[in-house]
Amino acid sequence: MTLLESRPATQVNPYEGLRVVKAKHPGRWAATAVVAVLLAMVLNSLITNPRWEWGVVWAYLGEVSIVEGVWMTIELTLITAVLGFALGTVLALMRLSQSPLLRAVSWGYTWVFRSVPLILQLLLWYNLAYLYQSLDVGIPFGPSFASFETLSLIDKFGAAILGLGLHQAAYSAEIVRAGILSVDQGQHEAAAALGIPRRRQSTRIVLPQAMRTIVPTAVNEIIGLFKGTSIVYVLALGELFYTVSVIYGRTQRVLPMLVVAAIWYVVLTTVVTVIQFYVERYYARGAVRTLPPTPLQRLRGNLTAGLSRVRPVGAAATSGQDPVAR
Amino acid sequence: MTAVAPRPGRVEVHGVHKSFGAHEVLHGVDLVVEPGSVTVVLGPSGSGKSTLLRSINHLETVDRGFVALDGELVGYRRKGDVLHELKEKELLRQRTRFGFVFQSFNLFPHLTALENVVEAPVSAQGRNRREVEAEARELLARVGLADKADAHPRQLSGGQQQRVAIARALAMKPAVLLFDEPTSALDPELVGEVLAVIADLARTGTTMIVVTHEIGFARQAADRIVFMDDGRVVEQGTPTEVLDHPQHERTKAFLAKVL
Repeated sequence: MTLLESRPATQVNPYEGLRVVKAKHPGRWAATAVVAVLLAMVLNSLITNPRWEWGVVWAYLGEVSIVEGVWMTIELTLITAVLGFALGTVLALMRLSQSPLLRAVSWGYTWVFRSVPLILQLLLWYNLAYLYQSLDVGIPFGPSFASFETLSLIDKFGAAILGLGLHQAAYSAEIVRAGILSVDQGQHEAAAALGIPRRRQSTRIVLPQAMRTIVPTAVNEIIGLFKGTSIVYVLALGELFYTVSVIYGRTQRVLPMLVVAAIWYVVLTTVVTVIQFYVERYYARGAVRTLPPTPLQRLRGNLTAGLSRVRPVGAAATSGQDPVAR
Repeated sequence: MTAVAPRPGRVEVHGVHKSFGAHEVLHGVDLVVEPGSVTVVLGPSGSGKSTLLRSINHLETVDRGFVALDGELVGYRRKGDVLHELKEKELLRQRTRFGFVFQSFNLFPHLTALENVVEAPVSAQGRNRREVEAEARELLARVGLADKADAHPRQLSGGQQQRVAIARALAMKPAVLLFDEPTSALDPELVGEVLAVIADLARTGTTMIVVTHEIGFARQAADRIVFMDDGRVVEQGTPTEVLDHPQHERTKAFLAKVL
């Protein structure tokens, strides 16, 4: 009471006690209603149309041959991603080298392997045995120490790995090169001025910073690979899509089987997307002042914020009444 | 003047020429920097100050002329009358005798302050990591950043970042410290803290070559001032000689503008 009286007159809030009416957004409400109706229609048709045959989908989702197909898809993707990015990094470093021949070879590789369709490359590798009956290990233009039958060395799986991996390397090379170019010139200079050895400059200073640019595009490529592996069905290799097509060829249940495959591809992509979040977060160290919260942290934050929002409302109400009560 | 053993850190620059494309930036620069002395290089923008500094530790290759540290040529090995260009590996090792502080700090943003300081002594000089870490903490304390060892550069102010960069250069125990406009990228109120650290170092007897626009700092800390214009050393002398009694018209004109 004394506090209130001792306040100078200018401090009295002339707007106190006025009622606040929230702005209305009729357009937003209308749009929301339209989308809700559309969504309900889609869901309704998914559930009520018997031709989706959800029972069949469910029955085949965990079937042994399907799971084996999924495993083959994962295997193909991981091996070709590792092969592609390893070779791609070498190609990127060649492209940035001082030697004109190394630069030209790297450029030529990317040119050829990006120009020829993947399906064509796969069939070429599979038919390599026609061109070269045996592959020899030895001195160039000199004697050979060992000889291998091409046919036994490059089977379906080998052809798929070679085709996907070499094709991927051409794209990965450009991604890695873009990443290296994105690192500030001052970083190379500082590393050189400190006398840090060349290899260490790459592995410790440049590449970790390049990763911030590389990761999002690289994950894009890996997701592309997951689905892209379906193209090796031309080699009759038992990955997910080939397995599914074999099953629907036998059972004529085409649509449900395609849905089974689609669900598995979505699951694989989701897993990669989650991993991407954490990898990006790791390489963001130092690039941002504070790291973005993980989904778990955000959830916890929202919960506590929600709780505290509930509490202060009550507190604000009592404090608002305070002067009157006194 | 009566030094018993010669102190390390004598820098000689002989007739250095440098062009970028058709544009010649340095037209034959000669300069001798005595061991343990502080030399401040002044001059208008584009006069070749930074290029000269970068030529001294071979960040720029020169077209003509030579740089020597304690009688050893930078970038070459001498065998009789033949000079062999150093391979990059040897060049990197030679560079560890120079500490370089950049205008834009160039700290490694993905490493903490401590990791920035520790990196080069361990990877370039092959020293024991634990030993270097203890030293690095002392160095960070010396530049007033003992509590920032685990911070990343972007969490620090510009002045703090530049002080980390100075600690990083000192960690190599260089014979010569080169400063390329160390305060030009800083807000005015942060310039003082960095200059204080540099002035403090000046008293420790490390050879220092500082390119700067801070005339007050030059007057207070420099043993010699070198004035450059248009790729040449126009005049040099003690701060009193150059700042208070400039002989050359171009020095007078420059000082009239900045003082």
